[in-house]
Amino acid sequence: MDTYTAMRAFADSWALLAMTLFFFGVVIFALRPGGRNASHQAAQIPLIDEHPEPRP
Amino acid sequence: MTYGPQTIGVGLFAFLALLGAAFAADPLFAQHMGILAIVLAIATVVMLRRQFFAPAKTKVDTGYMDEVVRYGSIATMAWGIVGLLVGVVVALQLAWPAFNIEPWFTFGRMRPLHTSAVIFAFGGNALIATSFYVVQRTSRARLFGGDLAWFVFWGYQLFIVMAATGYLLGITQSREYAEPEWYVDLWLTVVWVAYLVVFLGTILKRKEPHIYVANWFYLAFIVTIAMLHVVNNLAIPVSFLGVKSYSAFAGVQDALTQWWYGHNAVGFFLTAGFLGMMYYFVPKQAARPIYSYRLSIIHFWALIFLYIWAGPHHLHYTALPDWAQTLGMVFSIMLWMPSWGGMINGLMTLSGAWDKIRTDPIIRMMVAAIAFYGMSTFEGPVMSIKAVNSLSHYTDWTIGHVHSGALGWVGLISFAAIYHMVPKLWARERLYSVRMVTWHFWLAMLGIVVYAAVMWVSGIMQGLMWREYDAQGFLVYSFAETVQAMFPYYVMRAIGGALYLAGALIMAFNITMTILGHQREEQPIGAPVAKAPSSLQPAE
Repeated sequence: MDTYTAMRAFADSWALLAMTLFFFGVVIFALRPGGRNASHQAAQIPLIDEHPEPRP
Repeated sequence: MTYGPQTIGVGLFAFLALLGAAFAADPLFAQHMGILAIVLAIATVVMLRRQFFAPAKTKVDTGYMDEVVRYGSIATMAWGIVGLLVGVVVALQLAWPAFNIEPWFTFGRMRPLHTSAVIFAFGGNALIATSFYVVQRTSRARLFGGDLAWFVFWGYQLFIVMAATGYLLGITQSREYAEPEWYVDLWLTVVWVAYLVVFLGTILKRKEPHIYVANWFYLAFIVTIAMLHVVNNLAIPVSFLGVKSYSAFAGVQDALTQWWYGHNAVGFFLTAGFLGMMYYFVPKQAARPIYSYRLSIIHFWALIFLYIWAGPHHLHYTALPDWAQTLGMVFSIMLWMPSWGGMINGLMTLSGAWDKIRTDPIIRMMVAAIAFYGMSTFEGPVMSIKAVNSLSHYTDWTIGHVHSGALGWVGLISFAAIYHMVPKLWARERLYSVRMVTWHFWLAMLGIVVYAAVMWVSGIMQGLMWREYDAQGFLVYSFAETVQAMFPYYVMRAIGGALYLAGALIMAFNITMTILGHQREEQPIGAPVAKAPSSLQPAE
């Protein structure tokens, strides 16, 4: 059960902190001021032309 | 089209299946392998008949690989009808036990057949077909891996056939939504890895610099299902050529692993995958971009970060440690936020075009689906609260909740996606009949409302009857009395399911006629009604 205790302690501390930080980092990155234009362009992806460019 | 090595391979596997049947350790394995040998032998003959010995034409690799999506659309429709029909049958079996036909068609065997047919056969085919459709168009690239996509499609159908026949024969490892035994699980793992390779490969060779959000959801679905499937099905077979296996976990660890799997099957199979569908098909059908792309990114990360911890709410008041139960409850409640963020994002995509709900029945179906997504993701967190769960757990309320999500959200968004894709895939101007979509929509809505409302009433009644005790502390009702009280609700539930099935049958007809190239003459919805020429002459 030593492995369990060690993993449990790790999950409760550093892993939890890392995941929380990652999550808030993602949210802040999505909402960054420069992101407006990029996300506006990404939103258009499904609406542009249906057919791919022909391959050489 | 020439598939020499593939045909030989399928024939070889048919022979191996026959050997498996011959040397089986138990009669069930022999029967199951017999079925597999027959299926594979038929597949070999079909493939041989498609063999051409003339030199192959030089293929021009342009355009998308849509043939597999066409097959997938038809398979989705067909399995959908089968799954719903079995659902109506099991509903009738609960109301009238005479519908239980021993040994193969009893409730205990038909119930997993229904759940797997609607979730994995209907939902899974819808997800595979739409993901292949969407990833090609949003990446502007042809599917990666060539014929590997065909392997994914046919391999998945084989998995469905093996799972379904296994249930009817009585082969099960009795884990909810993961009933197939070890050898079928191994096969699904192979197919799923191939699916991941095709999907990820297409994303990697994309011509579009950005990965559209729908593909993030699809990818999360594929990766997470792979992880869940492998961990939950870790088991040791009793014999190499026998059906029985034992789980690698024991006791409460086993229960928690199962519900970590079970709830994330809901979260990632029935939610994330279908959200991918929503993020592509709703903007496409409405011809407007998603309301907020940044909200969709936050929706994605919040959903996957929270969903994975919600499973323990299936084990309230069990041997599971109390902290784990509370953890499951808290994360379930937090899930409400990303779910409603996604719902608002989907609905607001129509802002400024709300009139389309009146004129476009496909949009109407999508809006209803998103509304049901919102409703069932509100109901779910409420039911995960321990106090509420003490009333709702093990009752029909749970069944009602599942069906408002499954019929309302998963069913309607898949139907809408198929309605959208089929005319494009077969290069038709429009569907055979747009007005029939309206019929389908209202039959489905009526069916869901009847089903969900009846199950709420019967579930809460059942829960209250179970916990009712008198002044001396004795239980007031015996279990059989609660069963008797539910009879009228079971009949009404079967009617609700039959209405939903009727709508799907109309859809199947509509889709078939569209594929065959027919068009029904009808007034477009929303156009001014043409006046019939008057035969009356004005008086002189």
